[in-house]
Order: sequence, then C-alpha cells, then structure tokens
Amino acid sequence: MNSILEISGLRKSYGPLEVIKGVDLAMKPGEVVSIIGSSGSGKTTLLRCINLLEEFQGGDIRIDGQLIGYKTSNGKRVALPERERAKNRALTGMAFQQFNLFPHMTALGNVTLGLRKTRGMAKDEAVAVAEKWLERVGMSQRKNHYPIQLSGGQQQRVAIARAIAMNPKLMLFDEVTSALDPELVNEVLNVIQDLANDGMTMLLVTHEMRFAYQVSSKVIFMEHGVIAEEGDPKEMFHNPKSQRLAEFLGKSKFQ
Amino acid sequence: MNYSFDFVPIWRNFDTLLYGLGIGLSLAALSILIGVVIGGVVAFGLVSKNKPTAWIAGLYVSFIRNIPILLVIFFMFFALPQLGIRFSKITSFVAALSIYAGANLAEVFRGGLQAIPKGMTEAGMAVGLRPMQIRLSIIIPLMLRSTLPSMGNAFISLFKDTSLAAAIAVPELTYYARKINVESFRIIETWIVTSLLYVAATFTIASLLRLFEARLAIKR
Repeated sequence: MNSILEISGLRKSYGPLEVIKGVDLAMKPGEVVSIIGSSGSGKTTLLRCINLLEEFQGGDIRIDGQLIGYKTSNGKRVALPERERAKNRALTGMAFQQFNLFPHMTALGNVTLGLRKTRGMAKDEAVAVAEKWLERVGMSQRKNHYPIQLSGGQQQRVAIARAIAMNPKLMLFDEVTSALDPELVNEVLNVIQDLANDGMTMLLVTHEMRFAYQVSSKVIFMEHGVIAEEGDPKEMFHNPKSQRLAEFLGKSKFQ
Repeated sequence: MNYSFDFVPIWRNFDTLLYGLGIGLSLAALSILIGVVIGGVVAFGLVSKNKPTAWIAGLYVSFIRNIPILLVIFFMFFALPQLGIRFSKITSFVAALSIYAGANLAEVFRGGLQAIPKGMTEAGMAVGLRPMQIRLSIIIPLMLRSTLPSMGNAFISLFKDTSLAAAIAVPELTYYARKINVESFRIIETWIVTSLLYVAATFTIASLLRLFEARLAIKR
C-alpha cells in the first residue's frame, strides 16, 4: 500500500541551532501515530514542518506521493511559491494547542471559510459539509456561537471540525489538550478516538500517555531532534528499550 | 460689564449654520473613509518584511504626523497649483485631511496588526488560504474590530479639524459662523452657538460609536 506520509532525512534549524537532525517516518492510510517526548525534543516542530508552517533546510516530505514545499531546479533546492504551498497545506489538516479559532466568525463560519475559499464550494454546499462535521464533533447545537461563547473543549472540537471538513489526507494534532482544563480533556480525546475508529490517518503530538497508548498503532519517542525509539505502543510502554524512554515514561507517571 | 445678548441674527441664519455643520460632517466622513484605506495600506507597509517598503511607509507617517495639519492643507491648495496640479477647494481639503488621517490611522492600525496572534495567520494557512485571502478574511477584519475605538476618536478629531477648511474658504460651519459675525457683529453669540453645535455633533457621534462598539463586542 502507498504511504500517506513519507519523510526522509528531515533537517531543520533555527539559525545555528539544529532542532531536527535527520528524521525518517512513513505512515500508511488509516495509521494513527503518536509522537511523545520531552519539550524541546522537536516533536511540535516536526508536525509544523509537515504542514509547511516551518521552513526546513534538508530532506523531503511527501504527502500522498506529492513532494511538498520545495522543488529541485538545476540541482538547487528552491522553495515553492506561496500559491503552491497553500495547496500543499490543504493536503493536511491541523489542530492547534491554542485552538486558533477566528474570533470574528461563528463556529459555522470558522468551518466554512476554508471550504469556500480553498475548496471553492458554493455557500450552501459549504454549510452542509460544515454542519455534518459540527454534528460529528457534537457541536451542531452551538454552530451559531462565537468562539468567546464556547468553552475550551468546545472550541477545540470546532477547530478539529474546521480542519477535518477540508477532507485532508492526514490530520495533525499538536498537543490539542494541553491548554484545556482537566475536566474538558476527555470530550476532545473522545472526538479524536472516534475519528481514529473511522480510519482517519492521524499524527499526534501529545502529553496524554494513556491516550497515546490506547489510540495509536505506533508510538514515536523523540529526543534531541531525532527519533530515539519507535514501535508498537504496548511494547514501547511496557518494555522500553532505552533508558531515556523508561525515565521519560516514569516521569509521565504512565506506570 | 453690561453686554446685552442678542441671538436673533444667529437664529435668523441658523439654517446656514446647520448646512455648514452638514458640510463639515460630510468632509470628515469622506476623509476618514479615504484615510482608513490609506492607513490600512501604509500599516501593512510599516510591518512589511521588505525593508524599502517599511522605510517609505515610516517616512510618510513620521513626516505627516510631525507637521501641523494646516500646513498640509496649504500645501495642497497653494503649493500644488505652482507645480501645475490644480484641485478644487473641496478636493484639495479632503485630500489634505485624508493624507493626515491616513498617517495617524497607519500608526493605529500597525498596533492593531501587531496585536493579532500569529496563530490566526497559521490557522488560515492550515486550511490552505493564500496570503491575500488570509489578509482579507482574517487579518483586516480583526484589525478593524480591535481599532474601532481609536478610529472613532480619529473621526471626532477629524471633524473638529474640518473647521480649518475656513482657512481656504471652504464653506463649512466655522466659515458660515465667521460670515454671520461679520454681518451681524454678534460675535459672542455666534461663537457660543457654533461651539454648542460642535459639541452636540461630537457628542452624538461618540454615543453612536459607543453603541456600535457594544454591538460588536459580543462577537469578540
């Protein structure tokens, strides 16, 4: 089966500081991969490179076989024009730690914006698609509410609907429960679990170890900009091979 | 002191004053509209990563903001014709006021732009929007919303500045007030009534703006 995501030799620096030092990763359709690791290990940066929110200096990222962000011309690596990159970005959907809903638009308006502008849907069609996904995340009752009128958990569910309504090949979740009050975490995790059960290909950066254990088909442990350990979640969590992962899991109180 | 007030000549010409007030409000409204467009474009210039663009925008803002508005008006009306560029009194006055408002609003909008979290742009990018679409659908609406109170203040001070149009004989409130003065010699009465008209107008504008802001506030 073809890979949905194929990363080879990814390198990324901020000035002289290299934060991703050669990462390879492949994901098949329907796979759910969780990236864990301490802060500063490069996991969020990796996610942001896949959505071209960050430039990267080396390596290739392919989504559904398509090389994104850069091309090689006359042996030189050049960035694609912003128009092309916007198309590349629409291949993936992203949910952010801080939700990032547009405050001047209702829940429905947030979801229809991309459908209309990027996918070119007519208003009626966009509203129908948006309503379907808002229903799916349990937010259809509040579709006409503005973000400020919603709780954090509700905002995050709308943000997930906004991303997934675009019908992306791959969903990226960047610590989507980190900014939530503890009692609101589960409603968001349930939505993600539901999408996973439905066969959505997903890559998550998370600090919710129990959830990563339960939802993932594969877990990746990142440290100092490289993948330090990866494998089946049961294997990884119960028999960590490296000392560092064992320590990390101990600190995360998974055991 | 035994001055006897006589408001009759002013009441007789009150419709002229109201007409002048209307002209003043129209001049201010037109200038703020053009000023918002100028200010918006220049604000994007100020925050541009392109150095020459930011430099030119900065030069415009600091130059215009640091000269008296009367000078801008005189330049438009008296200096430009020397170079063969000739506008009507009203056009050159609106141009002067717009250029002045544009410089002040550019600063206001720059603050508004810088206060928009980076996450808004990123969320727009993440749903595949192009830079211009992000600006039009997300950045500009958020900027206008957050700077609405400052725009209201700019409009009020611009309305008061329309009195300077009297200097180049554009017929607005102050111009007509002076005319009544000259014809009736009821100087104190004229300026009292004129001042009250300015106060009433600015007070009404301010109240309307506050109402408008309150309506938008729910959505933030």
